[in-house]
Amino acid sequence: MTPLLEINQLNATVEGRQILKGLSLTVHAGEVHAIMGPNGSGKSTLASILSGRPGYEVTGGSAALDGEDLLGMKPEDRARKGLFLAFQYPVEIPGVNSTYFLKAALNEVRKARGLPELDALEFLEFIKAKMKVLELDPSLLNRPVNEGFSGGEKKRNEIFQMAILEPRLAILDETDSGLDIDALRIVAEGVNRLRKPDNAQVVITHYQRLLDYIVPDYVHVLHDGRIVKSGGKELAYELERRGYDWLTSEARPVSPELTTA
Amino acid sequence: MNTNNDTIQGLVGGDYKYGFVTDVEADAVAPGLNEGVIAAISRKKNEPGFMLDWRLKAYRHWLTLQEPRWANLRYPPIDYQSIVYYSAPKKAGQGPKSLAEVDPKLLETYERLGIPLHERERLAGVAVDAVFDSVSVATTFREKLAELGIVFCSFSEAVQQHPDLVRKYLGTVVPYTDNYFAALNAAVFSDGSFCYIPKGVRCPMELSTYFRINAANTGQFERTLIVAEEGSRVSYLEGCTAPMRDENQLHAAVVELLALDRAEIKYSTVQNWYPGDAQGRGGIYNFVTKRGLCKGRESKISWTQVETGSAITWKYPSCVLLGENSTGEFYSVAVTNHYQQADTGTKMIHIGRNTRSTIVSKGISAGHGQNSYRGLVRIRKSAENARNFSQCDSLLLGDRCGAHTFPYLEAANPTARVEHEATTSKIGEDQIFYCNQRGLATQDAVNMIVNGYCKEVFKQLPMEFAVEAQKLLGVSLDGSVG
Amino acid sequence: MKSTLTHTAPAKPAPPGPLEAFERFEKRAGHAGPPWLRALRTSGISYFGELGFPAAHHEDWRFTTPSVLAERAYAPAPRPDVQIPGVASLSLVPDGELEAHRLVFVDGHFAPRLSRVLPLEPEQVVTNLREALEFQSSLVESFLGRAARHETSAFAALNTAFLEDGAFVYLPAGRELAAPVHLLFVSSQPGVVSHPRVLVVARAGARAQVIEEYVSLGEQAGFTNAVTEIAAGPGAQVEHVRLQRENGASLHVGTVEARQYKDSRVLSHSVSTGARLARHNIHLRFEEPGCEGVLNGLYTGAGDQLVDHHTIADHRSPHCQSHEFYHGILSGRSRGVFNGRIYVRQDAQKTDAKQTNRNLLLSNEATVYTKPQLEIWADDVKCTHGATVGQLDENAVFYLRSRGIGEARARRMLIGAFASETIGRIGVEALRARLDETLQAWLAEELAAPGPLPLPHPPGLTT
Repeated sequence: MTPLLEINQLNATVEGRQILKGLSLTVHAGEVHAIMGPNGSGKSTLASILSGRPGYEVTGGSAALDGEDLLGMKPEDRARKGLFLAFQYPVEIPGVNSTYFLKAALNEVRKARGLPELDALEFLEFIKAKMKVLELDPSLLNRPVNEGFSGGEKKRNEIFQMAILEPRLAILDETDSGLDIDALRIVAEGVNRLRKPDNAQVVITHYQRLLDYIVPDYVHVLHDGRIVKSGGKELAYELERRGYDWLTSEARPVSPELTTA
Repeated sequence: MNTNNDTIQGLVGGDYKYGFVTDVEADAVAPGLNEGVIAAISRKKNEPGFMLDWRLKAYRHWLTLQEPRWANLRYPPIDYQSIVYYSAPKKAGQGPKSLAEVDPKLLETYERLGIPLHERERLAGVAVDAVFDSVSVATTFREKLAELGIVFCSFSEAVQQHPDLVRKYLGTVVPYTDNYFAALNAAVFSDGSFCYIPKGVRCPMELSTYFRINAANTGQFERTLIVAEEGSRVSYLEGCTAPMRDENQLHAAVVELLALDRAEIKYSTVQNWYPGDAQGRGGIYNFVTKRGLCKGRESKISWTQVETGSAITWKYPSCVLLGENSTGEFYSVAVTNHYQQADTGTKMIHIGRNTRSTIVSKGISAGHGQNSYRGLVRIRKSAENARNFSQCDSLLLGDRCGAHTFPYLEAANPTARVEHEATTSKIGEDQIFYCNQRGLATQDAVNMIVNGYCKEVFKQLPMEFAVEAQKLLGVSLDGSVG
Repeated sequence: MKSTLTHTAPAKPAPPGPLEAFERFEKRAGHAGPPWLRALRTSGISYFGELGFPAAHHEDWRFTTPSVLAERAYAPAPRPDVQIPGVASLSLVPDGELEAHRLVFVDGHFAPRLSRVLPLEPEQVVTNLREALEFQSSLVESFLGRAARHETSAFAALNTAFLEDGAFVYLPAGRELAAPVHLLFVSSQPGVVSHPRVLVVARAGARAQVIEEYVSLGEQAGFTNAVTEIAAGPGAQVEHVRLQRENGASLHVGTVEARQYKDSRVLSHSVSTGARLARHNIHLRFEEPGCEGVLNGLYTGAGDQLVDHHTIADHRSPHCQSHEFYHGILSGRSRGVFNGRIYVRQDAQKTDAKQTNRNLLLSNEATVYTKPQLEIWADDVKCTHGATVGQLDENAVFYLRSRGIGEARARRMLIGAFASETIGRIGVEALRARLDETLQAWLAEELAAPGPLPLPHPPGLTT
């Protein structure tokens, strides 16, 4: 079976500085992978590279979504193919109404999937149910995108968008940062509900805490631009107990086979 | 705010420490300006014919101009006929050949100013060209620089020894037609510094000029010209002081910088001309034209200034960004206390593609001081992808002073990005209290906050100058300054 | 700063100079109205005589060459004898959508048959200024010419000299004007000038919305020199909208002068899309503590248009706030000029003043000149200003793209939002909706123009 996401020996630089140094990772449909690692290990860079954020240069390796080369695609095409990034710092977009924005995005994605576009009424019907799940205040939809949202609202809004766009592969970039325990539970429940046999999730986090709620099938430790250890969910607990030092001090790349499930 | 005001006096209102007069015999021309005076200056300096021609052309042009009055400055009319246009410490014949020949009294002056030339020589860090009234007194480190092909000498010497270079570059960046004070300077300038960095040479030390006005009723009109050839690099420092006198003195300098392909010039100024007394009597009128031309691709010119002196400051160090990918920078701290007035800022003219400029201006107003930032950012049609960022902040200490911001932004290319931000603030009582509560005295708290406020600019200065700049603000080294 | 008035059009007979035109005007209109009015007009023309048109090198006119204006006629246009069919349809807001007092002026002359005033509460006045000068002379005298500084502005002086028709809106203390006042100024005859005058007085605690809309009939050049004076008493609130959409040949000078008293609020909106040359002077002046002023504006330019806003928020008293937001979108060979001044006088402690001016250039030939200016003489103040040219937030572009929206569309959406942001602050809903619709249509057209979309794009994109 073609993996959903296949990253092979990925090298990347930001402003001339090499951040990723031969990172490999394979994710199949139905799986949840957690990527953990100390600050500066390259976690967020990985998310940026996969989603096509300008300013990041791929200097080697490959990444494919459903067997299709991801790195040559424009960011919007990646989104239409089903890649979704829940941002660590969702940007505020003054003046762009949330509903308008979401409807435009949804219809682009539907078009790409060969589905008919939704009109305004159908769209409202469609999103109403999803709002409830994330306990989002409906008035947020009348506000500009993310503008004046609290930290928790911004993160919930990201997952809400994920629910609407129904991605094949969702990358959650430090979604737990800045959330209190209640907000964390709501967000995690939202994410869990979206888990299906034909999609996958990559959860990037610094702390094990989030993984109590979003239980991963695999845990990878990223250090200095490569995955230095992979294991099951119990690895997360070990990291929680022992920290990262025992891994990073003898950091060395592991073979791609080991990281493949 | 009473407590604050007291410390503020301590901070920016300290006594002027450089107000002494050196008793040396001076060789001066009679006050007044006419073609005869200009010819006399040229003759005293034994200049070749092209210099006199140029001076006279400048003078004739000057006669057709009106003194500019658009700046946010108030001062009585300047009587150009009462100014002495040439004054030199009397030492017959030519300038001193070495430090040993320099009048000991002058050396003592510099000692008191904090730039002991002997010591500098030993420190081997800075080569100093000192201009006393109108003529260059001594230039250190000549030989060492000469080995690298670097010319660093007084302007008068350059005219004698490198007339071709002078002829080629003089007035190319600031022509005598540029403005009223530039025309006046071109007609009567008596000395200054000349610096030529040959291709590919990185100047191994900071070059420095120290200007001082000593004689009464004397105008100082120095001219600095720096040419950085392809791939060369130089950092240049300029410092200024003047004695305390009740009458105002005019200073109208010109600085021209030329950077060719990939050349880099960093020009730093600590201007501490006598600012006048607490009642606004006396002080230097400082009307200065400074401009750099980034002619070559990937060239860079960076201006840093700390302006604490002068009764009137009129000064806009500018960059013309002609070469592709060239960069211009302007970092400024300007302090006005008592009755000082400053109208200062910069111009960034973007002509080449991918040109970049950064402006950081910090104004501090105290007493009855009036501080204006005036800046122009012009993106010409040809300046594809040009970028500018400007940050202009004002700090007000007391309620009798003023802070004014006049930024002009003009963009004629849709790919340009121009951003200007400005804020005005005072030192908050809550900030002081917070510091007090953590055990800091109010004076230290104010120093700390003002230093923090100026930090972005100070960090652009070479180490010794950063220290001097902080001292000028009456600020100790501890606290937030890095 | 005096300029001699020379006439430069050799082919056409020279239009009458302002002084000459005033003599004729005096003969016709001078006897009407109260005696003080005559004195006011005379002082207007004499100040104009002293000031003259601003010289080209005048700091306030560096980019908007006043000589174009100086060459025009000065005599007020004669009353048009043509019946204008369907004047109401000239407005951006169709008749049925806005329940408002509507006064229509054609070439500066009040058109009673095209106007209608809804029922008013006692002592409220919405009327033609000329009528008020006749029947409420002393009331008008207390306010007219008090805010507009005809001593220093040549155009305000000229307007004052030819003062005749216009709008007078008066609200006694504590009363709210239930419906907005909609003033429609139609320019119908080519080559003439109109000097409309608007006076809005809101006494303590009163509230009103006043919309001025300037339009042209046909494509010929007219010259409008309008002056609006607003007096907002203690606790009063006046929302003022200026909508300038004259044809692309017109010349337009508009002046708004507001005086604010204790705890009053004035919201000034200026939307300028029309005219070949449009110059707006909008001044808010806080005379007493606790005032709030909003200066909100949107200007668009296409073709050879020049649009110029000079605004002042003059903080003369403590504890006042001003908020300024001006957005410009310039395409074609148009030029946009913005000069926003914040004055904080010595006594105006605890001032809170914010100003932003943002501009987008949509073509290679468009130019913007912006000068956000702070002049501060008090220390305990919070003042910030910012100006930008030529950028959409690239993070926002990326965010939209990461959700599947194509790049060109993402940029269009953000430019649309850029325009909507200022429009969204207008409190008259019907107008806001129509304006937004019109602007979005204009943008779609400008952005669909052939050639590459000349929008900022950071260099060195690699993914």
